[in-house]
Amino acid sequence: MKKIVSIKNLWVYFNNIPVLEDINLSIRQNDFLALIGPNGGGKTTLLKVILGLIRPDRGEVEVFGKNPEEGRKLIGYLPQYTHFDPNFPISVLEVVLMGRYRGLIRSYSREDVETALNALDTVGMLEFKDWQIGKLSGGQVQRVLVARAIAREPKLLLLDEPTASIDPEMQKSFYELLLNLKKRMAIVLVTHDIGVISTYVEKIACLNRRLFYHGPREAGLKKLEEVYKCPIELIAHGVPHRVLERHEKK
Amino acid sequence: MDILQYEFIRNALIAAILVSVTCGIIGTYVVIKRIVFIGGGISHAAFGGIGLGYLLGINPIIATIPFSILAALGIGTIGKKSEFGEDTAIGIVWAVGMALGVIFIALSPGYAPDLFSYLFGSILAVTSFDLIIMLILNVIIILTVILFHKEFLAISFDEEFSEVVGVPTKTMYLLLLCLVALSVVVLIRAVGVILVIALLTIPAAISRRFTHNIKNLMLLSIFIAIVLTITGLYLSYIFDLPSGATIVLILGIGFLLSSLFEYSIST
Repeated sequence: MKKIVSIKNLWVYFNNIPVLEDINLSIRQNDFLALIGPNGGGKTTLLKVILGLIRPDRGEVEVFGKNPEEGRKLIGYLPQYTHFDPNFPISVLEVVLMGRYRGLIRSYSREDVETALNALDTVGMLEFKDWQIGKLSGGQVQRVLVARAIAREPKLLLLDEPTASIDPEMQKSFYELLLNLKKRMAIVLVTHDIGVISTYVEKIACLNRRLFYHGPREAGLKKLEEVYKCPIELIAHGVPHRVLERHEKK
Repeated sequence: MDILQYEFIRNALIAAILVSVTCGIIGTYVVIKRIVFIGGGISHAAFGGIGLGYLLGINPIIATIPFSILAALGIGTIGKKSEFGEDTAIGIVWAVGMALGVIFIALSPGYAPDLFSYLFGSILAVTSFDLIIMLILNVIIILTVILFHKEFLAISFDEEFSEVVGVPTKTMYLLLLCLVALSVVVLIRAVGVILVIALLTIPAAISRRFTHNIKNLMLLSIFIAIVLTITGLYLSYIFDLPSGATIVLILGIGFLLSSLFEYSIST
């Protein structure tokens, strides 16, 4: 399948300390990839390199055959934290419309509004379109921010710990939503949630400064312990071992 | 209303309206983007421009325009460097601007009789020339906001996402700070460099209790600013009090009343 992101020999330093070392990674059309690894392992940094927000110190990054600043037009992005003032004067629809931004002066067209409304419909938040964003729950905000990301009609969706701030019941429906979106775009998901990995994603990439593994999840889960350098329950919130055991029994 | 027969009262009323339009629009961004103290830094640094005006013998308000723009660009540029941070940038530019003002005034021939009015405002001394400058700056501010409201809203809400979708975030941020600088120039005549921060924050802070739509927020802020500044102006005239300080106190009382009002409807 077609490569949409190609990273070769990537090095990134912060204050002369390497945070990413010699990363080689390809993302293909229709991939559903979980990027896992300990905190400070460089997962967010890697996403930001793909988005052109952080420049690599060494190595090559191609996004849809172009440099990241150009190629990111086809990327939808959900940041790890979106801090905003709960009183910020903006409606749900106005937030999603930001995903349709196409340049200075150009105001949003009727088509942009249609696409934004469709995106809200996809995430099941259409009825909230006129609500002020601060009135929504954490899970609802995440859905709106996913709508903002997919309103760009991206070919690749980058999600940075999308379920960290939402409760377990909401998480399940959130992942069902991703399975639905996967038909239309490649998805890369940063997560600590082992349960998700074993149920939904197809490939995993384990990152702790270096890329320790990239491939199908079955073989990868066995290598997890090696990456984290500590017992697996640290990353499997609430479901220590169970998931891994289930895999071994298969 | 026989007080309207005086030209200086009419000028003061027009000034109050122009001031209100500025602080309603720019104050909204200052409050929602939480750059109140950047506004404070720019307005204090603008004192350097006033000193420069005295030194060069030109209208201090004119000299303040390039000076406050430079202060805004200084804070914006230094503040975005990770090794410093915004508060450090504000501290540097705030104090250096004021120090320059003091030096310029000391170097000026003679003494500066109406210096106090630039520090604490004297809306009753506004001239027709001042009004023209304030009007022109208002037109520039309104046109810029009409052109770039999408970008200003985006960077105020989520700067990183804005960058990813292609908003020129750094340029837009600096442009917004330049608008804050121009609004400082408009407001100086009314309340002076030291009290400008009240006009940039209080009307918008009151209004945001009542609306979550940015356009309504601006319009309501303008309306509240008009009511409160004219009330302050009137009271300062009646009781013979300094106009700038009276306006700021009325703004403060307005904020207190809106808090009590919100508290009473929520219980």
